[in-house]
Amino acid sequence: MKKYYPFITLALLLVLPMLGFSTYVMHIFILLLMWATIGMAWNLLSGYCGQVSFGHAAFFGIGAYTAGILYSKAGVSPWFGLPLSVFVVGVFAFIIGLIVLRLRGPFFALATLASGEVFRVSAENMEWLTSGTLGIMLQKRLWVSKEPYYYIILAIAVTTFILMKYLVASKLGYFFVAIREDQDAAESMGINTTLYKTIALVVSGMITGVAGAFYMNYMGYIDPHIVFALHDVSIITIMIVMVGGVATQWGPFVGAVIMVMLQEAVRSIGSLGALHQAIFGLLLIFIIIFLPNGIVGDFRKIKRFFGLGRVRA
Amino acid sequence: MVQLEVFLQTMVSGLLLGGLYALIGLGMTLIMGVMKIINLAHGELMMVAMYIAYWLFTLLGVDPYVAVFIASPALFILGVLIQKYLITPVIKVESILPENQVILTVGIGMVLASLATVFFKSDYRSTPVEYASVTWYLSDFWQSSPIELSISLLWAVSFIFSILITLALWFFLSRTDIGKQIRATSQDSDAAILMGINVNRVRAFSFGLGSAIVAAAGCLFIPLYYLYPALGGQFTLIAFVITILGGLGSNIGAIIGGLILGVFESLTSTYIGMGWAPVGRFAIFIAALVFLPGGIASLLRSRRLGK
Repeated sequence: MKKYYPFITLALLLVLPMLGFSTYVMHIFILLLMWATIGMAWNLLSGYCGQVSFGHAAFFGIGAYTAGILYSKAGVSPWFGLPLSVFVVGVFAFIIGLIVLRLRGPFFALATLASGEVFRVSAENMEWLTSGTLGIMLQKRLWVSKEPYYYIILAIAVTTFILMKYLVASKLGYFFVAIREDQDAAESMGINTTLYKTIALVVSGMITGVAGAFYMNYMGYIDPHIVFALHDVSIITIMIVMVGGVATQWGPFVGAVIMVMLQEAVRSIGSLGALHQAIFGLLLIFIIIFLPNGIVGDFRKIKRFFGLGRVRA
Repeated sequence: MVQLEVFLQTMVSGLLLGGLYALIGLGMTLIMGVMKIINLAHGELMMVAMYIAYWLFTLLGVDPYVAVFIASPALFILGVLIQKYLITPVIKVESILPENQVILTVGIGMVLASLATVFFKSDYRSTPVEYASVTWYLSDFWQSSPIELSISLLWAVSFIFSILITLALWFFLSRTDIGKQIRATSQDSDAAILMGINVNRVRAFSFGLGSAIVAAAGCLFIPLYYLYPALGGQFTLIAFVITILGGLGSNIGAIIGGLILGVFESLTSTYIGMGWAPVGRFAIFIAALVFLPGGIASLLRSRRLGK
């Protein structure tokens, strides 16, 4: 039965737009798939390879700006940004990796955080290229209805899911896990840790970049504070995977559902608006203390807590 | 001559700024040395201290420099509580990612920043002390001076305060018993346990001490700067850059790193542009990582060993 879960989910997701939901609900579904994609990308680098990144906003933003600059400076459709961002973000991720992968653990985390900030400040100041804090706005989005966007992001998400499944089961995935568990031991076993960490970073960055380019096309407006945001992109990405389940296939999806719903719920209750960071922070603290492996990773623990299922040692 | 004057003035203000940065970096270095984690709520703790100083000034008319002696103990207690009830339990939790404690401090920082926004609104605030405009000019002391330099009283006082606090910290770490315990734990926590040191208590104490130092830095900063709830993030980054530049866990390195960063930032804002100062900060960070991975501490060490 478990084998068919992905196909059942896919079938459900495929027929979803035909059920006649309102545009708002479709918007939520699109955001959900986008965040799940970014979450899966983060999960590859941080969950499987153990290099906790606080700077995925850098890749997201570069992807978004690739599409945006194509439109505003070269005058072509921002959709070309989707394939192009793979290359652009790949190059940037490689360069960032050369610098930040020298560091380990928490130092890597902060170095990536800093790299996200570097790109934000640069995008604010390089007005000739990025229009600075004014941002880039599409005059007209390609489609008015949500369905085409939904199917595009669904395709991206499904491709990412398959890619992740394949990567994690391959030799590469085992190398990643070995590096996460003990980098020195992995190195002494003859694993070129720098190479594989760079691969994880570049692949993770590319996927995030594609999601960023999609965001530009879908939302039609970006500025440095939106796409290079520390709390609203980098930290949310971490939370999605932490809540859903680190180093699990389904974790990013579960996390994205919870986080996007929570975000929308907080937004719709006016008086909670200012508190939303506090709520996310408390949720993060709660998850780390009680469910350190996320909802999917600690599912058995949750079941036991509610007295469901067989208790196994 | 004007060029030289601008340059020297930039250097002076850079050094004064660097003295305060050094204090922020010291707090983080201390926590990192003992705990081996990065406290990503460092800037937010500073923000809390700044609000304490602000409200003391606004409601009771307490001078921000006096507030150091109130905010620091308060943040010491807050730091000990955070360490005792949030970070220590997480050390024991089994999880896939080892960086849980770092992510936890992010959560703490988010809660602090958000609560500050809720309670105090996102307004920019400052403490307008009456001696804020007092400035000394070089020509007042030396009539025929060929160049003109100025030092604001506030900056000078803040700088002197930060030197005094640094000296007190040095004395504390090198002369007192608990200071020696802290240094022993940061060198090797397992060996420290074997020597009969209560490592958990030392950890709580050093987290508190690190918070108290950054609280003092916050109080010294508030007369010169303005205050808003989201201010923490940038100071966390500054502290981190200093720690990397200085060499992980090295106190002297943190002081020198802070001074270098202050001077460099002041040079970038004078000669390139105000908006680029943060980029300059990261440029120096990347340069440190690429060319001097061990930080300034490694330079000092190799000189001592006579390499």
